[in-house]
Amino acid sequence: MDLKLREDDLEFQREVREFMDRHWPEDVRSARRNVGRFEETKGEAPDVRRFIDALNERGWAVPNWPKEWGGTDWSPTQKYIWDKETARAECPQLSAFGARMLAPVLYTWGTPAQKQRFLPLIREQKMIWCQGYSEPGAGSDLAGLATRAVRDGDEFVVNGTKIWTTGAHVADWMFCLVRTSTEGKKQEGISFLLIDMTTPGIKVNPIHLLGGIHSVNEVELANVRVPVANLVGEENKGWTYAKGLLTHERTGIAGVARSEVMLERIKEIARETGVDGGSLWDDADFRLKVHALEIDLEALAMTELRVLSQVEQGGAPGPESSILKIRGTELSQALQTLQIDVFGYYGLAYPDQTLIDNEGPVGHPYGLTAMQAMLYGRASTIFGGSNEIQKNIISKAVLGL
Amino acid sequence: MDFSLSDEQSLLKDSVERFVQNDYDFDKRRKAMAEEDGFSRKNWQQFAELGWLAIPFSEEDGGFGGGAIELMLVMEQIGRGLIVEPYLPTVVLAGGFLRRAGSAAQKEQYLAGIIDGSKLSAFAFAEPQGRFNLADLTTTAQAKGDSYVLNGHKAVVLGGPSADFMVVSARTSGEQRDADGISLFLVEASAKGLSRRDYPTVDGLRASEVMLENVEVGKDALIGEEGKAAPLIEEVIDDAILAVGCEAVGAMEVLYKATVEYSKQRVQFGQPIGKFQVLQHRMVDMFMEYEQSKSLMFMAAMRLDESYNGAARKAISGFKVQVGKSGRFVGQQAVQLHGGMGMTEELSVGHYFKRLTMIDTLFGNVDFHLKRYGSFD
Repeated sequence: MDLKLREDDLEFQREVREFMDRHWPEDVRSARRNVGRFEETKGEAPDVRRFIDALNERGWAVPNWPKEWGGTDWSPTQKYIWDKETARAECPQLSAFGARMLAPVLYTWGTPAQKQRFLPLIREQKMIWCQGYSEPGAGSDLAGLATRAVRDGDEFVVNGTKIWTTGAHVADWMFCLVRTSTEGKKQEGISFLLIDMTTPGIKVNPIHLLGGIHSVNEVELANVRVPVANLVGEENKGWTYAKGLLTHERTGIAGVARSEVMLERIKEIARETGVDGGSLWDDADFRLKVHALEIDLEALAMTELRVLSQVEQGGAPGPESSILKIRGTELSQALQTLQIDVFGYYGLAYPDQTLIDNEGPVGHPYGLTAMQAMLYGRASTIFGGSNEIQKNIISKAVLGL
Repeated sequence: MDFSLSDEQSLLKDSVERFVQNDYDFDKRRKAMAEEDGFSRKNWQQFAELGWLAIPFSEEDGGFGGGAIELMLVMEQIGRGLIVEPYLPTVVLAGGFLRRAGSAAQKEQYLAGIIDGSKLSAFAFAEPQGRFNLADLTTTAQAKGDSYVLNGHKAVVLGGPSADFMVVSARTSGEQRDADGISLFLVEASAKGLSRRDYPTVDGLRASEVMLENVEVGKDALIGEEGKAAPLIEEVIDDAILAVGCEAVGAMEVLYKATVEYSKQRVQFGQPIGKFQVLQHRMVDMFMEYEQSKSLMFMAAMRLDESYNGAARKAISGFKVQVGKSGRFVGQQAVQLHGGMGMTEELSVGHYFKRLTMIDTLFGNVDFHLKRYGSFD
């Protein structure tokens, strides 16, 4: 047992760092750090585009994919290093819905034509995806979804409403769970469809989240006609594919590397923040709060490493993998909250983007992004199966209750 | 990065695990505790025969040259079995000093006896006024010709009642809380002027208040260099923290699993109480606390094996904070979920809870180690 990285892993780490320093250098990082994010807009900043292109050129755009589709054959340790280094560099990520959520379903269960058509575009971030899972009546009880897809010749006719659809207003396509049968168990009548967002009958209504952020939407589907060729896998097996997707990307879900970066930033800001003639960092009570979270974070990081090492040895992730989502989101929320504390009164300022663009930020340059992170971060314990649902899963699958 | 055990390590783990499973059920433990020493000498001899008492010592000293990982493997099982035999005071603490700083003569006189099971020991370090500060010492050792004369009061000496000899920390110079001026001495339990008041601790183990009144020991009783023992003490205590932390992890595993089993059998309102979501989520929390503690256990052991530096000391304190918090939670909730039965001496649950409570305090509690953790920032 040891924690040391092997020489070839260290070499890999150096390579990744060099790449990041070259294609996402420090001046870009710090400029981005204090840019608020009120609205996701179509199209992307030129610096992000250049970075995504550089990733593709290097063959590093989608490390977790199979090699034949442009992925890598990195070891779990290398993937771990990659996660750490990308968090450290605060670089842009490929849109997760395409690259991390849909792609594994496609390369596992998609038809050759689907793979050929979609995977390269996702890899190059030339096609943006959103995920049509939740519905007004199907949140934690996702299998209760009611959006109907009825076969009509070579097409499905889809009717229903999806909600909390992140990025639907900028997405080109949506992967969607729809009900194709009402017989038997509710999980057994669900299919996995790919829907072009320009199809007639689709209406996207924005939902403004806490903090004025527009990232999620309601998507109404009225007689939307989807070619049968856009069905993934078998009809009525969609639930299996969606569940299979959950076992991908288990690590990384804990967000350890990002939380580590945030923790370091909190320390840094606390050292710069004046209190009673000294700095906030001189306040022993404050430091204890930070250190308590730091210990939680180290425990989580080690839990993630334990899971990685099981995978590296060809085993399935053990029961400890199931706690990564719960603890990871709890911890990032705790850090986001602490980060607000650090700013004191200036944590309260919330000027909109136009004001910032014209006159610069009010208070600390990171103040606004910290508040946005905290507000938006509340969603992390709700989406992807709320933490309460995760506990139900552990209770059943691990404890046998 | 590697989390796998070597073949030797797996064998060691299996050996202790088998003993706990086959030869140390709760009844046998109870019988051992009822013996005069509060543990079984027969078991101790068996530990010697199985080689467990030799694990941390170098091959030249007659041991196996085991490190922190080996210590972890043994202590985790000791925690699962709630073993009362004095492995910590004898092998980890006294043995820890002898193997690091003992002279050839000291090793011959004492270490051989530890390894073959004939000698038990204890480390007398705490004092009534010192709380967790290892350097807060009023016990003095004054040089007098070819000897030292020790005077003072050592508090809560774990394993004191059965110790054949003790390692005693005392001040040879400096002020009460100075790190400089602390020395270590080997003192026979039978030494003239040494008296003990023995008592049980809450977990059923034994400890002593040790009074030293003009106890005279030879110059050859000094371990290491005079006045320079503080770093050595810190290092050995960090080993001991790893040891009791691993014990806590073993105890937590037993407790969360026992609670889950109990909740499947105990029927109320016409169904097993494990069907109630409020209890399910509590048990998931217990499981997560156990796993997080286990993760930091691996980290602490691996850091210690790398090198005894700031990172290792920080990892040890982080681990102690985690097991302090988690142990309290898992222990308290295990009692809670067992209901009235959890309150009884009859069930093992309460005994694990008591040991976990004890471990939280041993060698510095959560508050103490959170501060120490921060001091490495």
